[in-house]
Amino acid sequence: MDDPKTIIAKRVAQELKNGSVVNLGIGLPTMVANYIPEDVHVTFQSENGMLGLGPTPDKEHENPLLTNAGGMMVTCLTGGCYFDSCMSFSIIRGGHVDATVLGALQVDRYGNLANWKVPGKLVPGMGGAMDLVVGARNVIVAMIHAQKGEPKILNECTLPLTAKAQVNRIITELAVIDVTPEGLVLRELGPNATVEDVQKATEAPLIISEDLKHF
Amino acid sequence: MNKTVTIEQAISKIQDGMTVMIGGFLGNGSPERLIDKLVEKGVKDLTLICNDTAFPDKGTGKMITAKQFKKIIVSHIGTNAETGRQMNAGELEVDLVPQGTLAERVRCGGSGLGGVLTPTGIGTEVEEGKQKINVNGKDYLLEVPLRADVALVYGSVVDTFGNIKYTYTQRNFNPMMAMAADYVICEADTIVEVGDLDQNEVMTPGIFIDCIVGGAQ
Repeated sequence: MDDPKTIIAKRVAQELKNGSVVNLGIGLPTMVANYIPEDVHVTFQSENGMLGLGPTPDKEHENPLLTNAGGMMVTCLTGGCYFDSCMSFSIIRGGHVDATVLGALQVDRYGNLANWKVPGKLVPGMGGAMDLVVGARNVIVAMIHAQKGEPKILNECTLPLTAKAQVNRIITELAVIDVTPEGLVLRELGPNATVEDVQKATEAPLIISEDLKHF
Repeated sequence: MNKTVTIEQAISKIQDGMTVMIGGFLGNGSPERLIDKLVEKGVKDLTLICNDTAFPDKGTGKMITAKQFKKIIVSHIGTNAETGRQMNAGELEVDLVPQGTLAERVRCGGSGLGGVLTPTGIGTEVEEGKQKINVNGKDYLLEVPLRADVALVYGSVVDTFGNIKYTYTQRNFNPMMAMAADYVICEADTIVEVGDLDQNEVMTPGIFIDCIVGGAQ
């Protein structure tokens, strides 16, 4: 069986629709690009100023002037383009990004997200995350379900928020969970996971979907 | 009109305590030669406006390493541990601004606008101390303009009047910063004569640029 991060990346990839514009966060979310079905055409946006992000180049094709939002050397597919940071965030805030996939330190039953600061410990800054979460039409959190046994899906986030009530869907190695006005709805179970496994690793209460299935 | 000068002439106006904007995103599109010269000059107590503090040996990170800032206004410091160390030690004031908001505040500073209304940061600590304005039933934060004494920008091909063409992802904050400072220095990878740059490819008009350094010099 795949490792947990690969399980998550493969499941998230199924969320992305043909013709959509997508921004992937740094780390695990970046892996999603490797698993998009061949008949699905997705245009990837990178907030440092490009559309048409392609695969990681081999040594021979590396270009230090062409980087992604994580500072890594990347490629730009035919039809892609470059622009300044104002254009980039007009694309993001203006509702032109169909989906963003990003990690979380905490996410809660109201769809609040915390992923930019652990006061006194880790203060990397929000970068473009606050704009992305507010602006993207569909906000997907992709993360390992719990941190060393400690739940990350909570009744209420305790860390400083990245945005309020913006998360639509949470995808982990154990579950696919939707944020709804009624609360968190467990839609799918990860390979070999049980409802008990998921609830045990989740602080917030879960509403079990009537058509619950394994992904 | 030829605006090319020596790098020493270009940075002679930069003094202790000034506010400087520096283009670049994690160092890509940053004017590295100007940064190196400022490290050499040793100006201090500067306020930096930049997307990030890059890496300890790249971009504005080199000036962090040389402890030349008293305050920085940036969206991200996570790639440079020294920035975090100086912040935690109380040596450096860090004002973290969402990236899209930072870009718009710089644009406002150069565009004669009194600010911008953005939904970014609503319901987070970013909204603290800011005016909230409701437009057609939706809340926005009023984010005010940013300007600087000096902007240091980078262009790939620059003519001697200052018309700039950028390449790849080096554009980022450079076009907005070129408009938002009292004195604007452009470092060029290649300097060409006026007329050699296709007018259709000019991305930043030369009128914003006060002096140009770099090229083959």
